[in-house]
Amino acid sequence: MLVVENLSVSYGAIRALRGVSFHVGGGEIVALIGANGAGKSTILNTISGIVRPLGGSIGYEGEEITRQPPHRIVARGVCQVPEGRRVFGRMSVQENLEMGGYTLAGGKELARGIERAFALFPLLAERRRQAARTLSGGEQQMLAIARALMSSPRLLLLDEPSMGLAPLLVERIFEIIAAISRDGTTILLVEQNASMALAVAHRAYVLESGEVVLSGAAGELARNPEVRRAYLGE
Amino acid sequence: MRLQYYASRDKQQRFFTDFRQSGADSMFLQQLINGIALGSTYALIALGYTMVYGIITLINFAHGEIFMAGAFVGLLLVGVFKLNVFLAMGCAMLFCMALGVVIEFVAYRPLRRSSRLSALISAIGVSIFLSSLALMIFGANAKAFPEQAFPVQQIRIGNADISTLQILIIAVSAALMVTLEFIVQKTRIGKAMRATSEDYNTAALMGINVNRVISFTFALGSALAAAGGVLVGLLFNAVSFNMGLMAGLKAFAAAVLGGIGSIPGAMLGGLVLGVTEVFGVALGYSSYRDAIAFAILVLVLLVRPTGLLGEKMQNKV
Ligand SMILES: Nc1ncnc2c1ncn2[C@@H]1O[C@H](COP(=O)(O)OP(=O)(O)O)[C@@H](O)[C@H]1O
Ligand SMILES: [Mg+2]
Repeated sequence: MLVVENLSVSYGAIRALRGVSFHVGGGEIVALIGANGAGKSTILNTISGIVRPLGGSIGYEGEEITRQPPHRIVARGVCQVPEGRRVFGRMSVQENLEMGGYTLAGGKELARGIERAFALFPLLAERRRQAARTLSGGEQQMLAIARALMSSPRLLLLDEPSMGLAPLLVERIFEIIAAISRDGTTILLVEQNASMALAVAHRAYVLESGEVVLSGAAGELARNPEVRRAYLGE
Repeated sequence: MRLQYYASRDKQQRFFTDFRQSGADSMFLQQLINGIALGSTYALIALGYTMVYGIITLINFAHGEIFMAGAFVGLLLVGVFKLNVFLAMGCAMLFCMALGVVIEFVAYRPLRRSSRLSALISAIGVSIFLSSLALMIFGANAKAFPEQAFPVQQIRIGNADISTLQILIIAVSAALMVTLEFIVQKTRIGKAMRATSEDYNTAALMGINVNRVISFTFALGSALAAAGGVLVGLLFNAVSFNMGLMAGLKAFAAAVLGGIGSIPGAMLGGLVLGVTEVFGVALGYSSYRDAIAFAILVLVLLVRPTGLLGEKMQNKV
């Protein structure tokens, strides 16, 4: 479904990605794990079109989407939940969802999407008129996920959805990720919380300083001694 | 170049001193209305600065010249083509919408990924280009609207004399600002403007075509400036190639005073500047007229660095 080949990105003199290749099959949950600064967010932002690559290619459903503008990529069915949630704090919960559904054709589709979001996250329905910045961190993460689901993406990119959340909420977020996957959405998950990510994912790639250093089935990687030492705190 | 505000000193003096001849009790109301009328025109221009800054953090230095262009288009349509004032204003707004969009496309968009300084220099270049072009086409002398363009009558309310022109200015400005508020709060593109101004990258990640939002923002701001240009041209009965310079500076001061990036802030900032300026002149500080606006700006920023209604600066990544 998504094929990334030999992707290189630099921010001025800083080389963030050096020839990264990986793929995501339809229906899979694929995890990208790595330390802070490894280049995980850069990968997602390049797929989404807000960072321009130096070289390499990104293919989605058999078509090349490298260097397309972000709104075209969303329209094709690839949507991202950015790192740090990034809800529009001054806008209401409802308006945030409307922005998530910006590419939808009509008001009816939008209304149906919002109803679906409220059914999935009843808490958001209660707070629909509140400014998003008044929500707690966990609620904001739910809103960010609900917002991304508004466009009914076929590929969902999640950037550290568990960041800064209490353990109970982290579990809830991973349950939601599993549920989204069961509904047929393909997921590319970026995490520093490697144990949770490897528990929910089918396959995973380990990233170090802009390069893929390990890859394989999630269960195998979770048993790999190097991974256990570096990312699972052993 | 001589720094002139709204071109004709004569007309201004008459506008500002008329009301000093009446009694002290009527003076307050009179000056207040005067100030609101002047402040409304500042607010109309200030909105363009604040909306553009809110989205791409660029001070559009050419905005004052868009205001000037609007005044000239209005003047031409009324003077040469004998169009009714309202129609002329509508056409001036349409013309400037296109002008604003073209300026953004040609002078700012190619520099989007360059430093802010290059975009600023480009903006100053456009500003000089437009005022020189107007000088070439229309000459250095201020031009006036024909007498019959808008019949001015004095209406007595309580102790105050209000001219129909002031009523026109206040009513048109109010109507435009209410329309703007509706667009920004309720429409799809207006919400996209707010989202983009809050977080540019995330707006793009939601599928919002941010380039289109930016064009739309320039169109809106330029339309308001054009309306301001026609109204100011009528108010002082003078339109000149350099009228955008001081008007632009003061409107920019109004935008900063209200909190740059904030739409209600620009409205409030414009009114506050207009009213203080008129009262300052009435109290006998007419030689400091242009300085008053900037003095207020400095005072307010000392107390509230983000302006009257500005929010804390967010770190745009
Ligand atoms: N906008 C940027 N400008 C300059 N350098 C950046 C920018 N974003 C990320 N980087 C650098 O690129 C590298 C990878 O960053 P990132 O993709 O955010 O890593 P991760 O998401 O894995 O923490 C880091 O060295 C970071 O400092
Ligand atoms: Mg990151």
